[in-house]
Amino acid sequence: MSLMRSFQVASTGLSSQSLRLNAIASNLANAEAVAGPDGKPYKPRHVVFRPAPIIGEVAAGVEVAAVVEDQRPGPLVFKPGHPSADASGYVRMPNVNPVEAMVDMISASRSYQMNVEVLNTSKQLMLKLLDLGRV
Amino acid sequence: MNFVPEYDPLLFSEAALKLRGYRQQILASNLANVDTPGYKARDLMFSQALREQIEGVAYSNALQLSVSSDRHYRIGGGLPGAPALLYRMAMQPALDGNTVDVETERVHFADNAVRTEAAMTLLNSVISSRKMALSGNNS
Repeated sequence: MSLMRSFQVASTGLSSQSLRLNAIASNLANAEAVAGPDGKPYKPRHVVFRPAPIIGEVAAGVEVAAVVEDQRPGPLVFKPGHPSADASGYVRMPNVNPVEAMVDMISASRSYQMNVEVLNTSKQLMLKLLDLGRV
Repeated sequence: MNFVPEYDPLLFSEAALKLRGYRQQILASNLANVDTPGYKARDLMFSQALREQIEGVAYSNALQLSVSSDRHYRIGGGLPGAPALLYRMAMQPALDGNTVDVETERVHFADNAVRTEAAMTLLNSVISSRKMALSGNNS
């Protein structure tokens, strides 16, 4: 049943995009986290997507290939009184760019909305299909 | 050549609905992969796929390797019975290799949804006219 499978395809899109939103929320929440459990500044996470393969007549949508940590060092900020400051008074901040994160968030939420729309359209078609022949 | 072949309307509608559902799934997959690096948008040629489904003949040799012997594997073009999936020509591919154009995909998706409803309406009218023929003139 192909229409049922388009539900599944849309749901893979929904869950992937919501994972991406989660990662962005975590990055924004930890924008000032200079010391994590390992004593190092927080590293932003990015979600990497990959297409799930089309096998025969089944298009499987999208899946999350990996969640990678951004290894770029963050900016050095002069805060002499800070407990994590080095000898010259600089603190290494997490490399979270709020502008980048907000743009990423808008993109993720648009993609999420699009998948919801796919789901709604497929639902309407399914309901109409259930009424077939009942005239 | 017969330009208006006489198909059984029930079988025709069934094949059309099946293909519409399949295309809906492919377009949903394109929309789900809108942010996937390197993803190429897919689609099928509906008219050709429908003729293949109804007449049971493969007209398209799209994306198939040519073979020179019967013992060669026939690679590409999907499984036998499944319509051949093509790649959409990209209007403005992204730098990461993604060729999903959101506007194009959404227009095709809406178009496919409306045509699915049209096919169902057609099938409904075929069913109701057959019911009327079966029940006689007592309504």
